[in-house]
Amino acid sequence: MEILVYGTVNSVSLALMGLGFAMVYGISRVPNFAHGALYIVCGFVTWTLFQKLGLPYGVAIVLSLAINGILGILMYRLVLIRVRGMSISEIISSYAIGLAILEGLRYGGFRGMTYTLPVFMEGMVVIGGVPVDYHRIVMVIIGILLVAGLWLFTHFTKLGLALQGMAQDERAALMLGIDSDFMAMLAMGFGAILAGVAAIAILPLGNIVVESGYQVLIMSIAVCIVGGLGSWMGAFFAAFIIGYAQILSVVFLGSHFQMVVALLAIILTLILKPSGLFGQQKELEDRV
Amino acid sequence: MSKENRRKERIDRGIKVRSDGLYALMSWREMAYLIAPRFILIAGLLALPLLMPGLYWQRVISIVCIYAMVAISFDFLAHYVGLVCLGGAFFIGVGGYIAGIFNAYFGLPPWMTIPLAAIAGGGFCTLLLLPCLPLRGVYFAIVTLMYPLFMARIIEAFDLFGGTDGILGIDSFSSAFVEQYFVVGILLVFLFGLRRLVNTDMGLIFTAVMDNDQAVRASGINITHYKALAVFIASAMGCLAGACLTHIYMWSGISQFALDFSILPIAATVIGGAGTLAGPVIGCLILVPVSELLRDFGTLRIVFYATILVAFILFRSDGIMAFAKRKYEQIERWTQV
Repeated sequence: MEILVYGTVNSVSLALMGLGFAMVYGISRVPNFAHGALYIVCGFVTWTLFQKLGLPYGVAIVLSLAINGILGILMYRLVLIRVRGMSISEIISSYAIGLAILEGLRYGGFRGMTYTLPVFMEGMVVIGGVPVDYHRIVMVIIGILLVAGLWLFTHFTKLGLALQGMAQDERAALMLGIDSDFMAMLAMGFGAILAGVAAIAILPLGNIVVESGYQVLIMSIAVCIVGGLGSWMGAFFAAFIIGYAQILSVVFLGSHFQMVVALLAIILTLILKPSGLFGQQKELEDRV
Repeated sequence: MSKENRRKERIDRGIKVRSDGLYALMSWREMAYLIAPRFILIAGLLALPLLMPGLYWQRVISIVCIYAMVAISFDFLAHYVGLVCLGGAFFIGVGGYIAGIFNAYFGLPPWMTIPLAAIAGGGFCTLLLLPCLPLRGVYFAIVTLMYPLFMARIIEAFDLFGGTDGILGIDSFSSAFVEQYFVVGILLVFLFGLRRLVNTDMGLIFTAVMDNDQAVRASGINITHYKALAVFIASAMGCLAGACLTHIYMWSGISQFALDFSILPIAATVIGGAGTLAGPVIGCLILVPVSELLRDFGTLRIVFYATILVAFILFRSDGIMAFAKRKYEQIERWTQV
């Protein structure tokens, strides 16, 4: 029962991390290696607004999400737009931006001390003999609402349909009058906001540390690769596979194996089925 | 002349055209023109350990050479074979650990462990990368980026070879002089050896695999075989660099799988000039000392070279080497349109 409950919590947090990465890659085909950095930035901005400037928590969250979105848009507008289509330059430049942000934050004094965000609700409840605090339950609900919301957004709004069109076939989308650069920019912004949502949902459970930026990046890559790059639903299901695998390995082998499982999942998936569980588009192109 | 109706024209210098053909042998001037850049590089690298004040900066020269070897192997794999391998740290770490194991556990001297690490490490890396060779583009880049992280976690989780402490008590080179000239010499051998290699028939096949692997396949050539060969060459170089690093620091540990060894060589390649082989060496000669100078600023130096990297990718994507080559071989002038 413990495995079931904590497996679900862990899976949803992985899904939250991975969704932003999957969305950006799915729409603009830019592997956003600054994803982990955006996650941490949102945590620190919220902390600064809430603790230093004394804004109400809700306002701080909304403001920091907006800042994160703008940051993502600026990153696309200023840098990534110039290297779009050259996949290696995309990886290197987005990774370099992420590195600069994370190490800059570390230099800027966010180290040593502990930075924590408050939980939404105090207290805990016992589910099937396992104590679970309210915040974890809220996090699961946020995760499920987010996935449902994204599904509705991409299937029933004009903007969402345009984004989906971009994801399926960029040239055809261009022919139908969808501005692909603008859409890719929006996707980057949404991706950054999703990273921020993940940060606000997950970070209150622990401290805000710069190192976790790298971990979030690896986890979100793991989720997206196993689920198939560019497939959002794939990412969601893959999060559950990896999430449960991690909890099982922690219970039966030891906490060191949590990361090993994720990395092994990436390597095995790429070797055996590079298109992932749910991605079908690029199989022929990228495997000789 | 107003700005609209003029353009910049680039013409090869006469001496460059003459020295391309047999005329190069006709006069000392043409021969000097051909030899000068190579001579400056060789003599400069050989003179560097003598010019450096103090042990600290001499050590920096050794580190420059080690990074340069990894950078050359990245450049070779990425721009002559088409496999973008973001896992330079994987080669460094494997080479370092193999040299450490042979030296500390079996008591072999450095002049035996280094070649052993190069060959055995090259074989080991090739074997592990073999299943990923059919991948291309982003997929190969991501999987190779994950390998060093994976190795570090495995060593940590199973507590192999001293676990997080690493292997201690490894022999150093017999003297600082031997150490520096060994790494400089090896670097030069690799640099000029690879330049030869890419112009041979084998190099032609490598380039063809990059440009159009289906055509190579259609010619009845086994591309996996050639890709594996290229990976072996590159990883043997990286492992040799790792083995040298282990003997210089007399220690091998998990931090040899750190991202630094993957990122800095790539940054050096972008800055120096991708696909030139000499460019990465120049990039390392600039980046590593600068990053040593900025050591007082802590992690700000990582911010610094990440920013330089992005700036070069955006505005000078052909790098210093291509720029210098253009200036050396061509004249520029404005002409009326």
